[in-house]
Amino acid sequence: MENPLIITSSPHLHCGMTTRGVMLDVLIALSPAAAASILLFGWRSAAVVLVCVASCIAAEYLSRIILKRPQTVGDLSAVVTGVLLAFNLPASVPLWQAAIGGVVAIVVAKQMFGGLGQNFVNPALVGRIVLMASFPEDMNRWVTPLQGASGVDTTTSATPLEVVIQGGEMNYSLQELFVGIRPGSLGETCVLALILGGLYLVIRRVISPTIPLVYIGTVFVMTWLLGQNPFIHILSGGLMLGAIFMATDYTTTPINKTGKIVFAVGCGLLTVLIRVFGSLPEGVSFAIVIMNILVPLIERATRPLPFGEKRRLRNER
Amino acid sequence: MRMFRMLAAFYRMLPSRHKKAFTKGLIKENPVLRLVLGTCPTLAVTTAAVNGLGMGAAATFVLVCSNIAISLLRKLIPDKVRLPAFIVIIAAFTTIVQMLVKAYLPAIDKALGIYLPLIVVNCIILGRAEAFASKNSVGLSALDGLGMGAGFTGALILMGGIRELLGNGTLFGFPDGGIIPPITIFVLPAGGFFVFGMLIWFTNQLVARFDKQAARGDTGEHVCAACPGASICHSAPVVDSVAVPAIEKELAVAGSKEGRDHE
Repeated sequence: MENPLIITSSPHLHCGMTTRGVMLDVLIALSPAAAASILLFGWRSAAVVLVCVASCIAAEYLSRIILKRPQTVGDLSAVVTGVLLAFNLPASVPLWQAAIGGVVAIVVAKQMFGGLGQNFVNPALVGRIVLMASFPEDMNRWVTPLQGASGVDTTTSATPLEVVIQGGEMNYSLQELFVGIRPGSLGETCVLALILGGLYLVIRRVISPTIPLVYIGTVFVMTWLLGQNPFIHILSGGLMLGAIFMATDYTTTPINKTGKIVFAVGCGLLTVLIRVFGSLPEGVSFAIVIMNILVPLIERATRPLPFGEKRRLRNER
Repeated sequence: MRMFRMLAAFYRMLPSRHKKAFTKGLIKENPVLRLVLGTCPTLAVTTAAVNGLGMGAAATFVLVCSNIAISLLRKLIPDKVRLPAFIVIIAAFTTIVQMLVKAYLPAIDKALGIYLPLIVVNCIILGRAEAFASKNSVGLSALDGLGMGAGFTGALILMGGIRELLGNGTLFGFPDGGIIPPITIFVLPAGGFFVFGMLIWFTNQLVARFDKQAARGDTGEHVCAACPGASICHSAPVVDSVAVPAIEKELAVAGSKEGRDHE
């Protein structure tokens, strides 16, 4: 210690919350859903998760080296992106496609814009959307859950949401939807595990419950008003996963409470519009990405007024 | 082959400013990848390499013909109505191309669709008419049109080839034998923008490297010093060619040159 007197500007106290700590909390919160996916879809889902995580880490590590920027792979954000991406894929997805998704998520959506904190959309969702647009057949082959670990004789079936929106009768009870016994993406099916993870994050104060509650509430009210069964809509599809883990990403969501509510209502409206009136059965990922893009505008409109200032009309300036 | 050799010999005989009028459109001032003109047809038709070739050839024909015609008429066209006059000339040649393509290449006509008649409003063609043909001699203008057209066609074929190969698993319509599994997003608009951005980045890197080499090859003298427009060029004092966005500099240099060529 050459200089024992350290002179720095504020802040002088640190609460101890680091990027790495936050990401670790998110990973802990995601683990029940990961366990559930292995129970439901077999070890194949573990393989998908591992491939996604590995490709995300490799992409992050290499792109930081190529871009000659300080190495950030240790902050675990790439691991979270990888897990979230895997949770958005069907269990039967070819592993090389999962790897491409990881590379696209990290390189195109995140590192090309400057890395963690600079991405304007959620990287995992970009990975999923690119895969959906690139390999529609593989991305829409939903594995029927609970049929053993063998990957060969798996049968596939339509997701409950696809059935319901086409006006059919769903063969899954609401209880089954709640514990996740239905075809769908890896991590989205087990609502129970996702809610447990969400509660953990709220208790640890990693996320605020505003966005998930408003988002799910909007979907509930909207589907109810449109004459659909709101319970089926909130328990199926990727809504729980999206609302709890994707729409609460720090970088791509508004900062203050009003902005968060606007963001979440927008997500809910778009999700319902795409589900009920759109050509795709599921719209959570597109809804969140579209609202991500609108975040700068929401932030501008909901900027808090400094104390003592009056709101002026735009023309007066 | 003999014709090619004759063309090469003819090209070698040209004075250097004629050579430059032709070559600058290929990479350094590539209309699509450096000047970012004509992006609408570029993004829309490059889902296959053949479409890129067709579009490029049609636009090159219009560009060369309109450049020649406008250059011939440059002293007759009043300054105030020059844009409508240019458009009329360009529209005439576009109509010719459209009729020819419809008659002899109906498949290409179907693939290009509305973008074939829209060559009229392609900003490359009007841009060259305004910036070059209306100020330069016929020979220079023809070479400029040829170079710009070649650059446009090359960029379109490159983009179409990449998008077709990755998105459809074929190249010029021939299957690649299943080596590359088709990634549908590359033939969708999003993939078009992605490939476009990557190509712009690549070209910028290439030109920056050229500039660096040219600067190093100079005997310690600054590159701009050789330029006749250096005295009025606002970017001349900047020594490092990479520091100024190269495109701005190019435009400034080209602008001052063209002004000088105006008789």
